Parts: sequence; C-alpha cells; structure tokens
Amino acid sequence: MSRPEDTLPPDLHYNDTEARKYTTSSRIQNIQASMTNRALELLDLTSPALILDVGCGSGLSGEILSSIDPSEGGPHVWVGMDISASMLDVALQRDVEGDLMLADIGQGVPFRAGSFDAAISISAIQWLCNAESSEVSSTGRLSRFFNGLYASLKRGGRAVCQFYPKNEQQRTMISGAAIKAGFGAGILEDDPGTKNSKLYLVLTVGGSADEGTGGDITGVVKGMEGVDVLDARKKHREKGRKEVKKGSKAWILSKKEQMERKGKVVKNSSKYTGRKRHITF
Amino acid sequence: MKLLTLNFLTCAVKACKSSSASFPLHPKDCELVSDTIAPNPQLVYNVLPRIDWNALVTTASELGFPTLPATAPTKEELENDEKMMKELHTLLLETSVSEGILVCGNCGHEYRVKEGIANFLLPNHLV
Repeated sequence: MSRPEDTLPPDLHYNDTEARKYTTSSRIQNIQASMTNRALELLDLTSPALILDVGCGSGLSGEILSSIDPSEGGPHVWVGMDISASMLDVALQRDVEGDLMLADIGQGVPFRAGSFDAAISISAIQWLCNAESSEVSSTGRLSRFFNGLYASLKRGGRAVCQFYPKNEQQRTMISGAAIKAGFGAGILEDDPGTKNSKLYLVLTVGGSADEGTGGDITGVVKGMEGVDVLDARKKHREKGRKEVKKGSKAWILSKKEQMERKGKVVKNSSKYTGRKRHITF
Repeated sequence: MKLLTLNFLTCAVKACKSSSASFPLHPKDCELVSDTIAPNPQLVYNVLPRIDWNALVTTASELGFPTLPATAPTKEELENDEKMMKELHTLLLETSVSEGILVCGNCGHEYRVKEGIANFLLPNHLV
C-alpha cells in the first residue's frame, strides 16, 4: 500500500478533496475513534483536563475528547494544531469545540512551560520524518517538536502519540528523539504482526514516585489486561552482566580493539593471539 | 481562540524563546464572539494554578473588559462565590477571539487570527 507520506508534504497532501474524503470515510472514522479511545485509556485522566491535540486534522479525535461523560472524568478541553488549512476548514464546518491553530509541529510547540495536562496525537508524527526542503532536516524537526512538547506539558503529564513508521529506522528515530528531549518513553504495540498493527509512543514527563515502577511506560500499562512487557533495557543490562573473563582471548581482542580506536599502534591479531601455552615440563 | 488558550500561547519565533516580553501575545483589532459552553467547574479548578493571572489581566484590559481583581482567586473563594465562578467561566472558556491579530511584545511578529484559527506558520529563517 502506498504511503501518503512518501508523495507530498502534509499541507499539500490534505487538500480540500483529501480532507473531505478523510473525514467522511466511515472506515477511517472508526479506526480514528478506536485509536483515540486507546490513547485516552493510556493517558488515564480522572478529571477534566486541558489537552493538546497534535495534528488534530478535522477534529475527529478532539470530538471524542469533548464528548467524554463527566462520570468518566470528562469533558476535556483541547487545543488542536495542524498544518493543513483544508483539514482545519473541515473542522470549522463540523463545528468542533476545541481551539484550532494552523501550525507546523516541526517548528516547535508555541506554548509556555507547563501548559497542558496531556497531549494526544493520532497518525501525525510520522510526517515529521520527511524534510521537504534542504533548509530543514528531519532530525531537527523531530527534536524541535519533542523539545517543545516536553516543555509545554506539566510535570507528571503524559503524551500518547499513535504513529505509522515506515520502517524500523523511522521507529527508532522517533522514539530516540523523544528520549533525547527528556521524556520517559516506551512503545505499545497493539495487534503486533498483523496488518492492523498500531504503534503508540507513550511519553511521560517526570515520574511520579507513588507509581513505584518509575515514570515510564511500564508504570502506565501496569494493571492493563493483555499487555506483555518486553523491556529492552533489562535485556541490555543482562548482556552487560555477562562480562568476559579477564585474560581470556575475547578480553584480549576487545582490549586490542579499544587501543586501536584510541589510535595506538597495535600488533595484528592471529591464531596465536591469546592462546594458552602448553606447560613446558 | 479562547482566552484560556491565549493565556498559554507564546511567540513561536526562536529568538523570542528566552525573552519574557514574548508572553502574553497582545491582541490587536480583535473581534470577539461568545459561545455557550456548559459550565465545567472541575476544569477551572484544574487550570487555575496554571493561569498566568497578570497576563490574563493584561489581555482582558487590552480587549476592553472591565478590570479584573489584581490577584487570582483561590479555589475556596471560587467554591463559595458562584457569581465569580460564572464570570471566570465566561471570560476563560466562552469568550473567544474570532478575527484579529496577535502581536508579540518582543519581536513584533503578527499572528493573524481568522475564523478563530490562529496562523502560527513561520518562514524557515525564524524557526
């Protein structure tokens, strides 16, 4: 299936016809609604909050935010940012309740520090991986966005970004940029391995001490049904623990490599390197 | 654009990030509209500590509203004073800027608001 991200920049791709098609398609509406509900579940808000909707488009996800029942902690007030004027035009015609802004998230998030309780983004941030002109780079856009988002969220706030990475490289690029900005980040994957697989980047600002597991995704999904935790950090830590024995062949080779990297003159390695000597007697 | 949102918006220009004059943005030649939104006291209590009251006073006076009290009301005051709660709700959530310009106090960049949508797109050299 072709990706719209590969063809045109978002402000041109979502022209009047595309924006209308996107908003009236009942299939897309259903998918968007289910993803928004999943994101809200991850945000775990208990009282009416001020939410930033990144890439709000025609307000499909915002509509759900403002229609939440008071018994479930709603209705939330939201502010939406989008780069496509046509999408915002459709949102105006649909008379959504949130505030709308025409802005490029790759240029930063123009709010003062600690403004929002939470942020939500449905199928938007993969657009940041494309740089449309030579003046901007995708890494620059990603870092400006995540730095701005990090600053505009209050301490203890959360952001859930559902996104469609093109490949593994984009996935690590996006989550890496979020971690660099200071977020506690983790990725939740729904229906992994199927065509309907959905990725949610769950970001936390500062950990609350009472959660026990720290302020990252493992704390967020704790107690959730049907979620397997794969902690890449743990694997890494275990790998680190299996240290090579001092004096062994592997140890010698790694030392030689280390010295070589430092620019020292190192003797070539051969089959004799680090080999045990026979007892001569 | 609600006054609540306006109280959080700063200038998006990179050089303004470090300046205190870039907040609040000053509304100019604005048309205001008033919508009816169901009262949501929990939300007001929630955002009250985060509202920059001085900025709100400035914005309100620039838009021609009667002068606000110099200090922010506390949650208890609002709980007891229904009239003040209602007024604050009207000011923050029901009043919105529909047309006009928002001007940065530091660099003078003008952000146009059209049909309630502010345009924060910047040319590349300002980012």
